[in-house]
Amino acid sequence: MTPAALLVVLVGLAMVGYVMGKSRAIATVGGNRGVRNLHSLPSYYGALTALWCAVPALLILGLWVAFQDTILVKLVTAHMPAAVRSLSSNELSLVLNDVRNVVDGNVPLANARPEVRAAAEEYLELRGISRTALTALAIAAALVFMIVARARITPAFRARNAVERIIEFALIGCSLIAVLTTVGIIASVAFEAARFFGKVPWYEFLFGLQWSPQTAIRADQVGSSGSFGAVPLFWGTAMISGIAMLIAVPIGLFSAIYLAEYAHRRFRTWTKPFLEVLAGIPTVVYGFFAALTVGPALRTWGEAIGLSVASESALSAGLVMGIMIVPFVSSLADDMITAVPQSLRDGAYALGATKSETIRQVVVRAALPGIVGGVLLAISRAIGETMIVVMAAGLAANLTANPFEAVTTVTVQIVTLLVGDQEFDSPKTLAAFALGLVLFLVTLGLNILALHIVKKYREQYE
Amino acid sequence: MSNPGERPASTSRTPKETAALVAKTLNRRYWAERRFRFYGLSAVILGIVFVLFLFITIFAKGMSTFQQSYIKLEVFYDPAIIDPNGTRKPEEIANADYLQLVRASMKARFPQVEGRKETRDLTRLVSGGAAFDLRSRVMSTADLIGQRETQWVLASDDVDMLMKGRIQRPTEEQPGPLSMDQVTWIDQLLKEDALELRFNTTFFSHGDSREPEQAGVWGAVMGSLFTLALTLLLSFPIGVAAAIYLEEFAHKNRWTDIIEVNINNLAAVPSIVFGLLGLAVFIGFFGLPRSAPLVGALVLTLLTLPTIIIASRAALKGVPPSIREAALGMGASKIQMVTHHVLPLAMPGMLTGTIIGMARALGETAPLLMIGMVAFIVDVPKSFTDPATVLPVQVFLWSDSPERAFVERTSGAIIVLLGFLIVMNATAVVLRNKFERRW
Repeated sequence: MTPAALLVVLVGLAMVGYVMGKSRAIATVGGNRGVRNLHSLPSYYGALTALWCAVPALLILGLWVAFQDTILVKLVTAHMPAAVRSLSSNELSLVLNDVRNVVDGNVPLANARPEVRAAAEEYLELRGISRTALTALAIAAALVFMIVARARITPAFRARNAVERIIEFALIGCSLIAVLTTVGIIASVAFEAARFFGKVPWYEFLFGLQWSPQTAIRADQVGSSGSFGAVPLFWGTAMISGIAMLIAVPIGLFSAIYLAEYAHRRFRTWTKPFLEVLAGIPTVVYGFFAALTVGPALRTWGEAIGLSVASESALSAGLVMGIMIVPFVSSLADDMITAVPQSLRDGAYALGATKSETIRQVVVRAALPGIVGGVLLAISRAIGETMIVVMAAGLAANLTANPFEAVTTVTVQIVTLLVGDQEFDSPKTLAAFALGLVLFLVTLGLNILALHIVKKYREQYE
Repeated sequence: MSNPGERPASTSRTPKETAALVAKTLNRRYWAERRFRFYGLSAVILGIVFVLFLFITIFAKGMSTFQQSYIKLEVFYDPAIIDPNGTRKPEEIANADYLQLVRASMKARFPQVEGRKETRDLTRLVSGGAAFDLRSRVMSTADLIGQRETQWVLASDDVDMLMKGRIQRPTEEQPGPLSMDQVTWIDQLLKEDALELRFNTTFFSHGDSREPEQAGVWGAVMGSLFTLALTLLLSFPIGVAAAIYLEEFAHKNRWTDIIEVNINNLAAVPSIVFGLLGLAVFIGFFGLPRSAPLVGALVLTLLTLPTIIIASRAALKGVPPSIREAALGMGASKIQMVTHHVLPLAMPGMLTGTIIGMARALGETAPLLMIGMVAFIVDVPKSFTDPATVLPVQVFLWSDSPERAFVERTSGAIIVLLGFLIVMNATAVVLRNKFERRW
């Protein structure tokens, strides 16, 4: 039975279990009139039986499907002729790919090479055995648990509490997914990064000034060494983020102040959604805008005043990224400013301060920790932004302070290293994970710091 | 300060002196006030100008995508070309050279054109896709062989660009992608009403193509649809369940603190890192197929979960405790209280948060690049495991293409993408306004 068919069967069995549990509960108290003698409503007994029937069997099914392929491939590889097994891992994966194509029916069995054909036949046979075993095991589990659960039903049995405990465990499980995601990110990225640092020393990666990740296809190729000094990338990221913040912080802060303190209510309700539109536009649209409109425009203006601006410059990427971050800064700053108690403003007015003096010397200062936290969050956003820089900043790993030149960033390099065909164990691919690790750690640090500041500040006025 | 009349000599000012000092600086302070206010207003206006500028440039570049140049051809379905052996077998008909039909009917229209190069240039006015269209027409109705018919076929991208005024007419000094001869023929076609702009159905019904005039967004739209449907199916129940646990059941302790900090941090992790996770775990470890909506949906689920959990928790917080107390007081269990009373009241808020999360997922590009959804895929995906691409990735792919006509297509795809986003966000706003309750 295919896993999909098995799933349908199990769902059907669970329904049967529901009916059986419910009727059994009613039968124990002698028909519908005795239902009041049951601890829980009859449907809870049905639900409990159905859950016992379905959950263990589904767990078996899920685990089996997740690991079946990996195990089968291992077995098949182990039985391949020695000549094939001794191939390099790349060539071996090509052979396995052929096998997979035959198995999936993309290539007819008769057309395949003999070793591929043998492997495919073995794979299909093993898969057949595995499926039979899975079907038997899952259905047996479903039936056994269903019968046991049904047998335990007595009028005093607390079915509702049991069902609710299962639901609560399910809820806990769902909330753990967030933790598992973090663990998954750290584990996967750190694992691959560790492999990278096994090939390239970490100090060379963190402090090296030369980035050219091309590794050779042949050993005798020119420039085959490949150097992985990431400082130019860190510098490019910092420069573009810096330009973005130079745009985003003043505009975001001033518009938040104006909308929160000065603007007429009607003006506010009309303009705020307008600014929030900027936050909803996909970054790939900003990237297109930066690459096709802003970049060439800057180039033309630069030529007009005698500056040479690269068509993919740090400036155009930074400018557009700044626009993207404006609503982020302004909405956070707005939260912080409106959280400042009115009494502080009234106090300042009573001392004769003008509105702008009150804002500058009282409101902004009182809100400063929150604003700083918001700006830190915005910086972490700018560092992790990908599409704008991929499309507008270029690939040249220049170590330059000139914003009119092309630079490259951590995220751009991750994308260029991983998009397209790749071998999984070349330093080139692994370098992307090392960069990812750095990116994750830096943004995580900034976030924790920022959230801590914001939280502390919020509590201050609550 | 026992005696208010006595002050330290150095800072002592009579009220009069203070008033004079204030009066002297007042003008300056009022100016500063106006200046400050002006800065604020200009920041707001600058923001609005950005929005308008962005939308106007995209629309100005992209609106013409929805029209496409078509050329009227008098096609003669010549049996000698389509079916030289007279067998009428489908496989022979399928392999015939349909470009020759196009060439023949173009030559019939312009009998003065001679020579190989000229004929080739003439045929190039028509898109390569025209041959495919003629083929599928013959394949569906075999009776056409030997008949004559008037067909509107796709013009090539260069003709299209000239029609839309995106490229200049070539001159002797400035040759363009079209030759002088070709422009003369185009003028003649225009004069005979055999070349016109019509609604671009190809754009909305085809997958990707290397030829701009044959490229469409339908494949990407379907890919986005498959990916988002699965994302919604996974992330909404999980997100709501997690929010219910954290808000209604969890005791405040170190463990739940960790979960909470975790969720807040995940919401701010760069999306590309989620792509790395997807590549290493779903593709590398579990061996799921590359480029499939299935993997895209798994990655986007993890990406949108924090947003949905945070919004759902806020919605649960908005339900007043009195409802809970009343339910518990009537003998409901905690689960009954949540499912019968709290959840229905919090549902609109949760749905709003989910729609906003989905809108974010729809616009997400970077993590999908990592899991291989950038492949060039012509076919429209039909299932969760078919190779597919999504709308924002299609925008990225087209924006990289050198052809002039792809700039227009890219903007057109962006307009489609923005259209979806506007609909989603408008739904969220309507939902919020309609069901929002003040207690």
